[in-house]
Formats: sequence, structure tokens, C-alpha cells
Amino acid sequence: MPAPAADRFPDAREQASPHAGLLPVPEPLDELFPYGGLPRGSVVTVDSVTLALALIASPDAAGAWSGALGIPDLGLAAAQEAGIALSRFVLVPHPGEQWATAAAVLIDGLDVLLTTFPRGTGPAQARRLSARARERHTTVIALRGWPGSVDLRIQLLRGQWMGLDHGYGRLTGRRCQLVSSGRGAAARERRVTAWLPPGP
Amino acid sequence: MAATRTVTLWCPDWPLTAVGIPADAPAAVLVDGAVLACSASARREGVRRGIRRREAQRRCPPLRLLDRDPAQEMRAFEPVLAALASVCPEVEVVRPGLCLFAARGPARYFGGDAALAQVTAAAAGTALPDTVRVGIADGRFAAGLAAREAAIVPRGGSAAFLAPQPVSTLERPALAVLLARLGLVTLGDVAALPARQVATRFGAEGERAHQLARGLDEQRIAVRIPPPELAVQEELDPPLDQIEPLAFVAKRLADELSALLASRGLGCDRLGVQLETEHGETQHRLWRHDGTLTASAVAQRVRWQLTGWLGGSSAVRPSAGITLIRLVPGEVYRDVGEQLSLFHPGLGDDTGDGDERAATALNRLQGLLGFDAVHLPVPAGGRRPAEQARLVPWGEPRPARHRSTPPWPGRLPAPNPTLLHPGGLPAQVVDATGTSVLVDDRGAISAAPVQLSIGGGKPTRIVDWAGPWPVDERWWYDPAEHRSFARFQVVTTDGTARLLTVQQGQWRVEGTYD
Repeated sequence: MPAPAADRFPDAREQASPHAGLLPVPEPLDELFPYGGLPRGSVVTVDSVTLALALIASPDAAGAWSGALGIPDLGLAAAQEAGIALSRFVLVPHPGEQWATAAAVLIDGLDVLLTTFPRGTGPAQARRLSARARERHTTVIALRGWPGSVDLRIQLLRGQWMGLDHGYGRLTGRRCQLVSSGRGAAARERRVTAWLPPGP
Repeated sequence: MAATRTVTLWCPDWPLTAVGIPADAPAAVLVDGAVLACSASARREGVRRGIRRREAQRRCPPLRLLDRDPAQEMRAFEPVLAALASVCPEVEVVRPGLCLFAARGPARYFGGDAALAQVTAAAAGTALPDTVRVGIADGRFAAGLAAREAAIVPRGGSAAFLAPQPVSTLERPALAVLLARLGLVTLGDVAALPARQVATRFGAEGERAHQLARGLDEQRIAVRIPPPELAVQEELDPPLDQIEPLAFVAKRLADELSALLASRGLGCDRLGVQLETEHGETQHRLWRHDGTLTASAVAQRVRWQLTGWLGGSSAVRPSAGITLIRLVPGEVYRDVGEQLSLFHPGLGDDTGDGDERAATALNRLQGLLGFDAVHLPVPAGGRRPAEQARLVPWGEPRPARHRSTPPWPGRLPAPNPTLLHPGGLPAQVVDATGTSVLVDDRGAISAAPVQLSIGGGKPTRIVDWAGPWPVDERWWYDPAEHRSFARFQVVTTDGTARLLTVQQGQWRVEGTYD
């Protein structure tokens, strides 16, 4: 059987991508992405903050700017443990009424934006921001849903926390089954079992 | 070049005095976990500037710790500056609580140095009784030290006055340690060394220290009054009366000025800031800085001035919005600069292509949402997950990171919760019989927890749990801050893990492992 095109030409993976490049993603989470990386300019929804932080950590280590908009509860100790250096991790915890404007400005300036869609903002707003993200090559990671079409949706099917034993032990990690689906090359469902936070 | 005869007015422990802490209350202001200033009574207990928080608390257990309030420092200093205008029109502010001016003209007018010191103290005293000290000496450095002792150093006597002072007064800690190890403990010892050898052995920093120790101020190459085109200004239409948007404009002007000076290879250590309102009221202040004024230092000084004027009492506050901000460099010199490493350009991590793009966007966002809405976190010490990072507004100088993280016994081991609920969400945890689970004083649990309900919501079954982990802290502060509680980690049937705390029978969700 001939090898698939992507393997014969290492660059083909990237060329086949509709976007201007890929941001690195640690193993084994890379298997969730059709091109093995987080495509720049795409909108990805996740339903776990741990997963979102794990996706930000690798670009952060490579020198990318990232930020969290409208997530005042975000645990920064957890962000540090995920490997985010914090010196290029912008926080805008309370954008208030100006969420959409702030999101647009941050999309202009950052490489990865983590946010949650506030109530009272509609699909038109989402469409405009998706278009802006595509144009600026900024990846938007939306926590718990995005009221427009998204490039990739990553869901946590099942998570099993390890380490507790009726009074003894402590949380050590979570064995997670993740499934991703999306548009175009991502239409085929991909399943991965991984530790979140990435660990043993 | 002979050092200029200078009058220095100093308010001791200004960060405390400005917020209304009397000298006999043990208190200290902390910046980045180290003491910035402490009250006289704390000093008697052994608290010193620069020591760490824990050390300060060990030396003086009842010590009250305060955060720095630069805005209040400037607001409280503004009346002093206004009062000094009757003594000398050209007062240069170094920082809130410390200002200086040239003695020559005023001393002649008031009839000698002693009379001038008296008049200055009296003028400042009308605004701020019993807390000011005035010193006069040749040179800014000597005058600053003279102010600590409220002394008038005779003309030409600066070198003799400085000789017995310890090398730590140079405010260059690394150099001071080195000099002390070499047996040079006073400024007199340093001054006695041959200038050329000092420069060879200690470099530019040592050369400066040597000049200061000899009673000469730092000498610049070709100090001159700059041509007028070096000033930058912004006319504001409509006028602005809020500090945040004004500070934003000031930041941009500061960047512009800094780029303008840098393009000519100039540095500046004295800056004039002129503000004008719609009703024609003007305010002009001179700011003096030890070393080259960087863009962020300039922006901070404009901010201080704006806070002092706009946020002051109704007596000093202008009646209309600001229409003009103008920055005029006072004295410029050829900036020899600092040699930065070729392989680690800059001091922070902020270099590269994305940085400029991010900086532009973040500045814009600050203009939209306000200065305090955009942050970069800085790792910090603390036991609670929420204490392990601190938010610093974008554009503020980031504190230098400690090389190693000091141990925090009692810290939760990784992983930490990804979502933290400030103050905690009220919850109920019951055992198999439906009674609330309690933890007694010895850390023993009344029964195994079985059900959790958050905020009166639907109860979920607890699948597994760990705890209690008792936490007993801050009893070393006053009793109001004492916290004694126990932590649990629980996993419920929906697969979610949470961090719970129980304090006096009240359960709360501190964080969620999402």
C-alpha cells in the first residue's frame, strides 16, 4: 500500500492546511487535530479548562502571546502548572459590556485567545469574531460553546479522577476520553485517551 | 564642575505618613514581599527597609502590613509642593515625599542657608506639620543625606560630611556588599581611592559611586538645555477629567519622547510636565530622576502629577478638564546607556515580533477598558491557590522574579484547581444519615461525606474523597485575620473534582478541577 501523501512529503500536512500554519500541541492531544496541531485562525471549542490550558502551554513555550478574556475564576496556579510562563499571558477578567470589542482587540494582538461567550451576545457577533480570527491568524479557544460555526469541537466524553481513596490520597490526574469533530478535514471523529492535566 | 548647592525636603516614612499612619504605630508598607518603608516604632523593633515579609513579622509580631498606595502618596504631597512655591518656583520632585531645589537664589533672598532652611520647613509645615526635614548641602546626593539629619552642611563641606556615612547610602546594594567585603565601609574610604583605579576595577557604576562619595554629583557628559523641539505635547479635544484616559495619553507621549531622545542618543534626568485645563489653569512640575528617565518612568511621573492635581482636595483641584499635556525634557546629556547582552536582549521576556503586535493591542484595550482592566500575572508566594499569582496592570514595571521559589509548606500539591471561586461557593456536605459532616478541633471527621450540594442546588453523590487537611494560618496577625479550616478534595458522580473547605461547620467550594 503506498504511503499517504502527508507522510511522503512532510510539508504536505502544512500545505494541505487551509490556515496559515499550526501551533504546536503536545502528544497525545495532537491526534485530536486533523493536521496534528492547533490551526492558526481557527475557532475551537473545548469543555474543560484543563484542556484549554494544555493547548495554550505549547504555543506559550514557543513564544506566542495568549490571553484569557472574561474568565475571572481562572486558576493561575493551575495555569503555571500547565506550563504557561505567565509573562505573555494577558488577563482581562471583567470586560463587562465591552466583551465583543475587547475580544476583537485581543484577536488583533494575541496568538491564542481563551474566552467564554457571554450571555446576550448572538451568532452575528460570533461570525464577525470568527472572520476576524481567520484574518489575523489568531486561534480562539472558546470554553463551553460558541454560538456560530466552529472549526473544531473537542468534547470530554468521560473523565476518571485518580488518587483519592476514601479519606486518603490526593488528586493526581484524570484519565480522559476526548473526541473531536469539526468541519472539512476534521469531519471524521477522532478519539484520544489522555491524562489531563498531562502527566504520567 | 562644582556640585550645585541644593536644598532637599524629605518627609520620613512617606508611604506610611501619607496614608495617615502615626509614627508610634508599628506598621510597614510592602512591595513585592519586601519592606519598602516602616514606621518609627517598627524600626525600633528591628524592622528595616528591604527585609522580607516573614523576617519583618518575626522581628515585630504586631506589625501591621499595608499595600503601597502611590496615588494617595502623591495626593498628600501635593499641598506641600503648593506651599513650597512661595519659597522657590523651580521645585524638582524626585518622588512623592522627596523634593529638592537649587539653594543659590532663594538663600540670597532669605538671607543665608539657615534662614532658607527655616523658611522652607515653615512653608512645608503649614501643609504638613512635624513631619518634614530640610537639609542643605553641595550636591543633590549630599543634600539628600543632610535632610535625613536635618543638617546644613557648610559650603565646600560635602566631602567631609559624607566621609563617615556607610556605603549603603549609595543605594546600590550589590556594590555596597562588594565594597564592604573589601573593607571599604564608609564613603570616606571609597573617596580616598584613586579615581582611575576605581573605574578600572568597578566599571561605570563604581565610577559614579566614587563621584558621589567625593561630594560631586553624577557628572554627565555635556549636560545642556535641550532645544525646544524636543518637547512633546498633546492637545485634548474634548477635555479629559478622568485619570485613566489621561494616563493613557501620557503613556503615549512618554513613548514618543523616549523615542525622540533615543533617536538622538540623548538621555534625560529632569523632566518638566505641564498641564493646562479648559479654564486656563496650569500646573507645571519638575521631576528629577536618579539615572535616565525611561518611558515608563516618565509615564509614572505624569500619572503621579495627574493624581495629585485631579484627585486632590477641592482647594487644589482644577475646575475643568485637562486640554493640554506637555512634556519638556529639562536637561539632556549624551546617554552612554547600558550594555545589553547580545544573546539575551532586553531584561524581560518581551522581545520578538509578536510583542509589538501584542503591545499595540493591549495599549488600545487599556484605552477602552481602563488601565486596571488589562493584566499580566506574576507568580507570587502563598499557600492558597489564589495567592500563587498576582495581577499587575499591563505597562507597570514587572517585579523581578526570585531565582528560586521559597518553600510554602502547606501548599496544595499539583494539580491545582483550574477554576477558583473567590470567597467560596456556600455548600452542604452530609453523611449517610443526612447530617452535616463536621471536623473537630483535632482534625477528626464526624462521618464519611456522602452527598454534596452547592448553593442549595440538587445534591450529588460523592464517589470518593480525601481529607481533612487542616490549615491554621495567620494567627500571627491580629485575631481578625486568623484562618483555621480544613480542606477536602471530593469527586462526585458527574466526574467533577472539587476542592472544598470547612470552617466552623460552614462548607464552601474553593475551586473546581474543570
